[in-house]
Amino acid sequence: MKLEILNGHLVDPANDMDQVADVFMADGKIAAVNKPPVAWEADHTINAANKLVLPGLVELSASLRQPGQEHKATIRTETKAAAAAGITSLACLPTTSPVVDSPAQVELIEQLSQDSGHCRVHVIGALTKGLKGENLSEMAALKAAGCAGVTNVLHPLKSSLVLRRALEYASSQALTVFTYPLDHDLANHGCVHEGLTSLRLGLPGIPAAAETAALAVHLALIEELNVRTHFCRLTTQRAVSMIARARDDKLPVTADTSILHLFLTDQDIQDFDGLCHNLPPYRTKLDREGLRMGVRDGTLCAICADHQPHEIEAKLAPFQSTEPGSSTLETLLPKILQLVHENIISLNEAVRRVTQQPAEILGIAAGNLSVGAHADACVVDPDQDWTLSIETLQSRGKNTPLLGHRLKGRVMHTILGGKPVFQLETG
Amino acid sequence: MRHFLDIARLNHEELTHILDTAKSFTSVDGQTVKKVPLLRGKTIVNLFFEPSTRTRTTFELAAKRLSADVLNISVATSATVKGESLLDTLFSLQAMNTDTFIVRHPESGAADFIAKHVAPHVSIINAGDGRHAHPTQALLDVFTIREHHQDFSRLRVAIVGDILHSRVARSQIEALNILDTREIRVIAPRTLLPANVEQLGVRVFQNCWQGLRDVDVIIMLRLQKERMQGAFIPSEHEYFQLYGLTPERLALASPDAIVMHPGPINRGVEISSEVADGPQSMILQQVKYGIAVRMAILSIAISPGERGAGHET
Repeated sequence: MKLEILNGHLVDPANDMDQVADVFMADGKIAAVNKPPVAWEADHTINAANKLVLPGLVELSASLRQPGQEHKATIRTETKAAAAAGITSLACLPTTSPVVDSPAQVELIEQLSQDSGHCRVHVIGALTKGLKGENLSEMAALKAAGCAGVTNVLHPLKSSLVLRRALEYASSQALTVFTYPLDHDLANHGCVHEGLTSLRLGLPGIPAAAETAALAVHLALIEELNVRTHFCRLTTQRAVSMIARARDDKLPVTADTSILHLFLTDQDIQDFDGLCHNLPPYRTKLDREGLRMGVRDGTLCAICADHQPHEIEAKLAPFQSTEPGSSTLETLLPKILQLVHENIISLNEAVRRVTQQPAEILGIAAGNLSVGAHADACVVDPDQDWTLSIETLQSRGKNTPLLGHRLKGRVMHTILGGKPVFQLETG
Repeated sequence: MRHFLDIARLNHEELTHILDTAKSFTSVDGQTVKKVPLLRGKTIVNLFFEPSTRTRTTFELAAKRLSADVLNISVATSATVKGESLLDTLFSLQAMNTDTFIVRHPESGAADFIAKHVAPHVSIINAGDGRHAHPTQALLDVFTIREHHQDFSRLRVAIVGDILHSRVARSQIEALNILDTREIRVIAPRTLLPANVEQLGVRVFQNCWQGLRDVDVIIMLRLQKERMQGAFIPSEHEYFQLYGLTPERLALASPDAIVMHPGPINRGVEISSEVADGPQSMILQQVKYGIAVRMAILSIAISPGERGAGHET
């Protein structure tokens, strides 16, 4: 199949492209950019005049809920939602049931993803068996099965010694560790930022030090062991400056934050709204500014959706008993564009944070429109105003604090491997 | 006023209206026939997800003295750890055409959550949710204070003890602030104070000898026995040495100071028996006033005349 996208504003940071240009795709690859290949005749043409043409987005963290939690979502429903969000590659977490700590689980998820065919899925395996934080998982086997990295997500490790061993062993297998810096003792089962909101609502708080203390331990080990580590979901201004210093010191570290952390603060948890229950928690305005500056200067080189779809009942409880996390795939791009509108970051750098850089962190071939690369792209109408509603959400998870919010910028087409996998229905 | 969930949503006028109404009910208490027919035909459910003796019984008495029918339901929290079953419990009780739920729950925000999901004709009264609020206790406390000191703008009030875990303290501070209290002090070791507590509009003391000087009201909070395990304090003995209310410490306060405690008291832990049973102690009056204050809240929330006249919360 030959597909062409004509007259669009092409933004491809990996190739320093930020101009009106045509893209030509054949046999699942990018065949040419700007000028058509010789004797070109397209089977399908997308006119992208006044639209943005971007590499397909790369999402660092999506919970697909399958196997074991199909009442929340399935691989099919969530990869379809990814396609509707312009995401063509995503990394999924091992927090399924059973946990992804063996090659069989990885193969199952890959098989189901291929059957669905809406998005490339890369599995991040469990760092420890059953995510219990005690015994290492069989990382070599996980890698051989195709895992892009390992993580213990927000499950605690038994000790700093287990952390040390896990970092060392993962580096022996050339696996990137995706780590969530949180001192669980200091967090002490808290459910919101420790500050004014926890004080006012009487909810147990998680101090900022729970993040920075854990981060300091990690950085001390990384300095000594020189192991490649990616820090997931930073939430505090101080953590951002610690990462900036570590990168100045040439430590092999990268870090991200979630798109909602760049917009929400603990002040948004009005009247115990369970939709704002997230771990790690939304923090202060000052922290949010720190994260935004980190995104601007590249200390936080990637931004992710941190997609966590839930069934409706998961949020129907008193705040502390609700399950944390939001369904966010479909708001990633509009919210990224909002950062551009608010002059936090240039369009080119914004796109880089959700394409080239997450692809590099995952070590996958994605996130660019180089000739010969996978023909994964999306076409975006940057000016379209729309309202996020339960009806517009493709994800089975309708749990997002942005329900009812006006958004600007909408994905019109998504192309995966040279084939359209999503087209916005215009009515 | 349909629901009564926390103090923060009241203004000065509404708060004093409740106190004035409660005052009028204190006379019912003294009659031989202790009943008024205000809520005849109404069904009130005491829905307690956490054990309680005095709050539940005073609510029950308050409801009965207003001639309402009362149902007492204690739900073991283990059976309702999931929110859906909390809602299911609620919906089935609601199907029995009940009018009011008086709710106590171990989680902050539970009363708000229930209020958001009940049918429009049902009122929710918060009888304590997690560490968040215990508004009826706070109202009976300020009622007790007002019986002794009319003018809050001249009062110094000290709240002593486990502020961190106390829904009572949070609600008391809100009520005292609404009544323009001259000074609210909290006195506790750092481990029992919430982060940023000064933002509630209180003066913070970690030393009892300084904190109690010249106060007009001392409110002692109960120290839960399990606080030793959480490494909040080393021992009951040391806690009493540093923060326990003894006659010597009471002497630091103004001569006509009153001593209060939401109960149940731990003698020899936060308060000595001499003080608890002494002439300045209002602990038993608090329990007694609790009935009148809860009658006031129930009558304002439920009685048909008030419905629509007040605001929906």
